[in-house]
Amino acid sequence: MNLTVNGRLHVVESPPLATLLDVLREELGVRSPKVGCEQGGCGTCTVLVDDEPRRACLLPVAAVEGAEITTVEGLGTPERLSPVQAAFVHHYAAQCGFCTSGLLVAAHAYIERGGSDDRDAIAQALAGHVCRCTGYVKIIDAVAAAVRGDQLDLTVTAAGRYTTMHSGGGA
Amino acid sequence: MTAATDVLLPASPDEAVSAFGDGSGLTVVGGGTIVMPEIAAGRLRPARALLLARAGLAGVTRDGATVTIGSMTSVQDLVGLAAPVGPCAANIADIEVRSQATLGGNLCAGQGQEAPRGDLQGPLLAVGASVRSAGSGGVRSEPLEEFLAHRAKRLVLDVRYDEPAAGAFVALDRPHTHEYTALAVSAARLADGSVRLAATGAGWWGRRLPSAEALAGDPEAAGRAALADVEMADDALASAWYREQALPVLVRRALARLEEAA
Repeated sequence: MNLTVNGRLHVVESPPLATLLDVLREELGVRSPKVGCEQGGCGTCTVLVDDEPRRACLLPVAAVEGAEITTVEGLGTPERLSPVQAAFVHHYAAQCGFCTSGLLVAAHAYIERGGSDDRDAIAQALAGHVCRCTGYVKIIDAVAAAVRGDQLDLTVTAAGRYTTMHSGGGA
Repeated sequence: MTAATDVLLPASPDEAVSAFGDGSGLTVVGGGTIVMPEIAAGRLRPARALLLARAGLAGVTRDGATVTIGSMTSVQDLVGLAAPVGPCAANIADIEVRSQATLGGNLCAGQGQEAPRGDLQGPLLAVGASVRSAGSGGVRSEPLEEFLAHRAKRLVLDVRYDEPAAGAFVALDRPHTHEYTALAVSAARLADGSVRLAATGAGWWGRRLPSAEALAGDPEAAGRAALADVEMADDALASAWYREQALPVLVRRALARLEEAA
């Protein structure tokens, strides 16, 4: 089976009913999609399948053969963060980080399909993602900022008290 | 799961019907939202699996007032339909799970371990939908009520109904996005003026409420009568007692909303 992950074509040897999540993490070593509830309820394994956010734990890999998979690694790089990644850094929207990669790809898809900066609309779009640190206010702040295209100076964020981000990273 | 699982991936509805055969020994995977967690947890180890992802069974078509929904149509693609079907679809899970979950899976969902499944059964019973399915004896169409009653091994092809003159959907709020609905009532006024009512969460699958329908002109009485049509159970979402208090209220609200919609 062929699978394109973050622009790179892979030949996959896992059995056809293996979950996309297991294939990404165990066979291909792409570890940003997290193994949370494994029943579709927490959102931490969310990846983009042909640009649509999907739960990787619910997809048999055979059902997505030939698809383009995008994980958070495919959104940006440490040197050049995507707008929503930069906004997450600026607004301190990540705490423990376990939900962050799922939220980032879901928020990216929300922005790509023309979502507004309305807080209720953002909350609806991200309703399938559970943050057990309960940092929802900052997450919604960040997505709204990314929707608006707010100018963010991440050198200020990097020098702040609450981040361990290395200097030089920023958009 | 083992590497020995024999996986069938039909590329057309005809191929799907022929691969399904009489369905014996076969695990059908539609959107995967119900089956995949069972496989991942090792509770289900299919010897043969039929994946419908490429079977061409998705899509909503209209012919006059008749709506036909392919079994692999995602729940998200039903959100825009008129009440009660559309608002029920919008009430299911979250946008990502809705985009993956399918109509067929919703109708064939087995008894959940912790909660009733199959939210769409209620509204589709209310609008008087019929189900076209394949399996032993070939392709047949039957009312959804009969399809649900015998829970036979069938491959759902599509569901068809006439758009009602008015519809309403009311549900108890869900405690979490991913939980199934604890209790919901769907109402429809059909083109001939008759009123149909059905509940989700008042038994292990969708139930029509004929005693309430007979008293639809008197919402208070209809609400009380509905209790005769259901078998409430305790589960992780709500107790039977709580559901018995809530059902008459939801029936009353659904009939009031139907009146407003008319």
